[in-house]
Amino acid sequence: MLAFLIKRIGNAVLVMLTVAFLAFLIFRFLGDPVEMMVNESATQVERDELRARLGLNDGFLVQYARFVTNAAQGEFGLSWRNQQSVIGLIAERFPATFELVLIATFLSLAIGIPLGVFTAIGRGRWWAEGLQFSSIVGVSLPSFLVGILLILIFSVTLGWLPGYGRGDVVRVGWWSTGLLTPSGRAAVVLPALSLSLFQITLVMRLVRAEMLETLRTDFIKFARARGVRRRALWFRHALKNCLMPVVTLTAMQVGNLIAFALVTETVFQWPGMGMLFMQAVTFVDIPVMAAYLCIVSFIFVTLNTLVDIAYAVIDPRLRNA
Amino acid sequence: MTAIEPVKSSAPPSRLSRVFQSDLWWSFKQHPSAIAAAILLAVLIGTAFFAPWITVQNPYDLASLDLLNAEIPPVWMEGGQWPFLLGTDVQGRDLLSAILYGSRASIVIGAASVAVSLIVGSVVGLVAGYYGKWADGLLMRAGDVLLSMPTMLIAILVSALARQMLPPYLREVGASGVIVFAISLSAWVQYARTVRAQTMVERNKEYVQAARLIRVSKWRIMLKHILPNTTTPLLVTATLNFGLGILIEATLSFLGVGMPPEQPSLGTLIRIGNQYLFSGLWWIVLFPGLQLCLLVVSINVLGDWLRDALNPKLR
Amino acid sequence: MIKTKRLLATGIALFALSMPAAAGTLKWGASRDISSLDPYSYGDSFALGVLNHAYEGLVRYDRNLKIEPALAASWEIVSPTTWRFKLREGVKFHNGADFTAEDVQASLLRASDPKSPLRGNIPSYKGSRVIDAHTIEIDVATNYPLLLNDLTTIYVFDAGWLKDNNAEAPTDVGSGVEGYATYHENGTGPFKVESRQPDAKTVFVKFDGWWDKPQHNIDRIELTPIASSATRVAALLSGDIDFTDQAPVQDLPRLEAASSQVKLLEGTDLRTVMIGFSQRDQLLSGAPNPMKDVRVRQAMQLAIDLDLIQKRVMRGKSRNAGALVAPQIPGYDAALDEPVKADPEKAKALLKEAGAEGFEFEFNCADSLVNEEQICQAVASMWSRVGLKPKLDQGTRAVQTPKRSAGKVDVYTLGWATLPMLDTYSLTSQVLHTKEGSFGIFNWGGWSDKEFDEVTKASAVELDQTKRLAIEAQSLKIAKEHALMIPLHQQPLAWATNAKIADFPLFSDNLPRLWLVKM
Repeated sequence: MLAFLIKRIGNAVLVMLTVAFLAFLIFRFLGDPVEMMVNESATQVERDELRARLGLNDGFLVQYARFVTNAAQGEFGLSWRNQQSVIGLIAERFPATFELVLIATFLSLAIGIPLGVFTAIGRGRWWAEGLQFSSIVGVSLPSFLVGILLILIFSVTLGWLPGYGRGDVVRVGWWSTGLLTPSGRAAVVLPALSLSLFQITLVMRLVRAEMLETLRTDFIKFARARGVRRRALWFRHALKNCLMPVVTLTAMQVGNLIAFALVTETVFQWPGMGMLFMQAVTFVDIPVMAAYLCIVSFIFVTLNTLVDIAYAVIDPRLRNA
Repeated sequence: MTAIEPVKSSAPPSRLSRVFQSDLWWSFKQHPSAIAAAILLAVLIGTAFFAPWITVQNPYDLASLDLLNAEIPPVWMEGGQWPFLLGTDVQGRDLLSAILYGSRASIVIGAASVAVSLIVGSVVGLVAGYYGKWADGLLMRAGDVLLSMPTMLIAILVSALARQMLPPYLREVGASGVIVFAISLSAWVQYARTVRAQTMVERNKEYVQAARLIRVSKWRIMLKHILPNTTTPLLVTATLNFGLGILIEATLSFLGVGMPPEQPSLGTLIRIGNQYLFSGLWWIVLFPGLQLCLLVVSINVLGDWLRDALNPKLR
Repeated sequence: MIKTKRLLATGIALFALSMPAAAGTLKWGASRDISSLDPYSYGDSFALGVLNHAYEGLVRYDRNLKIEPALAASWEIVSPTTWRFKLREGVKFHNGADFTAEDVQASLLRASDPKSPLRGNIPSYKGSRVIDAHTIEIDVATNYPLLLNDLTTIYVFDAGWLKDNNAEAPTDVGSGVEGYATYHENGTGPFKVESRQPDAKTVFVKFDGWWDKPQHNIDRIELTPIASSATRVAALLSGDIDFTDQAPVQDLPRLEAASSQVKLLEGTDLRTVMIGFSQRDQLLSGAPNPMKDVRVRQAMQLAIDLDLIQKRVMRGKSRNAGALVAPQIPGYDAALDEPVKADPEKAKALLKEAGAEGFEFEFNCADSLVNEEQICQAVASMWSRVGLKPKLDQGTRAVQTPKRSAGKVDVYTLGWATLPMLDTYSLTSQVLHTKEGSFGIFNWGGWSDKEFDEVTKASAVELDQTKRLAIEAQSLKIAKEHALMIPLHQQPLAWATNAKIADFPLFSDNLPRLWLVKM
């Protein structure tokens, strides 16, 4: 087990080092930092001075080592756009994105699992097939278009829910939450819905497939023969069996949701990490872009590694994989 | 060379066509949704492909635009004018023409990204699976790294940064190339993993051993004998990735890091139209949006059917 | 015990935040956020305008954009290169400190620091001397009539506060250390910053100790950036915001129709939108540059149908321009302001005559002007119709600016409002003068003309206003004769407020001054 742990974690560290390398390449070679930082009227001498101060004249490996050391300590320098510490900017936006992703995940489970169960047990019926078909439509709709339509309908036409921003937020320590105020709760509905649509269909299709698989297995057939009620079978036995893959999927998808949130955040003006990243793209604010890449990858890699380890704990056969 | 013949016949070069003659075709006929999707997709691809011959305007040609024709509503509405069937945008672009040209851009980019990632993925998968050892380790680790970053994030980063590095004279053709590259960059890993797994299984089979004994070149073994065995899963992945590629392209263009406004794709049209959504110019967003949905839905319905048909266990 | 206290505090905070906004709150929906609370962090007019509510300069613009005393009570020119300012007494900073000459000196030092992005706003500044607690002398390099205009954006910090927080120099991005002033504010202005969440909300509250008699009745300003113009309009209509300084022109009819909820304030901006040309020997493609020929530039001007752009792209809200500065700007000459009528046939003939038919060039466009993307496409399409082959290079301002300032452009757009100087000299010295020293920083096309430079320099040292304006008009005439830039229009200015707001003065420099607003 220990060997497996070391191997898995070593792997994750290797991946992170490579990601950091890519981020460093972006940081160092795309968009000349000096050009971006100096005043338009700066002279060549001033530019050279800044270049030296930034350490851009050092050797390549020295610069990379410095970047990794700093990144490991959460030190990504200052944003070129607003002169604030990049990690501070990201930390400030993290709660917004986290809450959005959390609620989207919750929605995807709360809606996706029942839908998956229904389409599985109703297989062959028109309504189940119809749902199954509409799930394909669900994965095919671009999330920005869904967002625009939700705003158009619920925010502009009906005026029920706000279509931008996060409403009022409450600070609890360094965390800021919108879930404690009525306006904050109202503001999260549309973006979370638009973000979760894809995930809902994913969960639904997975639950359906797993349910069908389980319902075909012998133990269900025996149970059925022993006279266990169908409802109990579906919900107590079959559903329980497919929860593990659903949990795995959910954990693995969190990273993707964070990445996809940047589209949702842009559409809904949600002040999260994604919007920060898109603004950084617009302003060519490379330190923010590099840091965002590292942090999202870190979350992604950590979750994947944890899932792997959790699986190995549950199923020892996987430890040799 | 004649000695190769018996080996060749033991490998299944015409497998695909045989499948089409039997199970798959039969299954296709059983699924009205698949038939409908195929017809719809054929129409969409056909009209997009023949756009230059059936549209009233070349929306990519700046000289053909006239501001006097700007913001004309669809013909069935008050103020609508022929030949602008679906109306015009704020630059006087015929919307139907722009949609068809835009679909063409979307389809070409989607297909090209599938082709690029399929080819790269297959070669990498073959090499990794066949040679094993350090080649395997290196290539698959590279894949791990790419998969450890969300696809959308890579695509945005690459697209935003690479476009700036293009020299000016390449920018026009480069825009779509950059997007194809941005999408393929992480998409190939999926193909590579599939091919690699299959290769490792096939590598030790007797017919490969036999081919080796008679000194058939390694690449010939890989391409002619091993690769055809991976067609089925690759086909399904490719279909679904085709739809995904189109979606990613649209998202990039919507975010402003995709196709430029003078060569609008569906996503670009939606981005531009979004500014006018509440100004009464709803048609600039709605029709491109609808076209995009139809395109991706029909591809995904086909892909979904294909996956189920080729993998009976799922049904 | 401590726990209860903390709970209680949280409870109070919760209560305070969930309370409905009090009367006297003005919710401002801007199209973007300010990047920092430090006015010396980015020489950006919008951010300086917002921060003007908390910080003030020695002088400020009044309702009619005329200079009036602010932190300085009076001034005199003691020698051609020395100005003496008598400072206002009894002024307090938000932290309670007294305002003195030391503060002015520390601020001038900070603004003119080599690392300060605001250095370009006081090009002539040489040094300062504290005479007594409320008198300071400022030295300028040459006799320079526009010092007061420059000082409107040099906001005054509290010297002690800067020192205590180690913020005497502007923030140096290169050092990787955050500046205190980026997050904290301590000015003398009518409002102080209560809280700030970047990209979400910045809250200003009324400063009771303001030295001036308030004409406003606002207790609280909440600044929220809403980038999407459609969303901004929706927020205004639903009452989520009370004011926006960027009402999209395409949505004005809709806002007009909702006159019971929304009041529109329209005017024309001081900003003149124009098109500039590269004057280098080669185009970016390496081909020889035909635009060095004045006939080609004239042809490109004749190809543009200003009326059509005004009517369609700007929806009748812009003002077609013939001159490079707006009528309100000193130095403007109505005789030069006749817009050029489109004449595609003549344009083709001129191009033929110059042997420049169908040449290809890059058209560098950004996104910071009103409907810039659409203007550029429309202009490119008009050029295509006379046989030219423009290639649009559209990008955000941050992406395009480095290319522009490096001179990597063939044809480009430019919007120039002469801010903060509000004088033609701003245009002639920064945009049209040969690029040398602090001159011609925005002369992206590399234009250079000795005669023009001499006239421009002459206007800078002429202290007699009438003579100076005549010289400036002459420089604009030279520019027009050479067709140095193609003026398109003064862009529309459209603010929209909640209909309940009683008095909301509109400013043609597009900077809201909320201390003059009566709700």
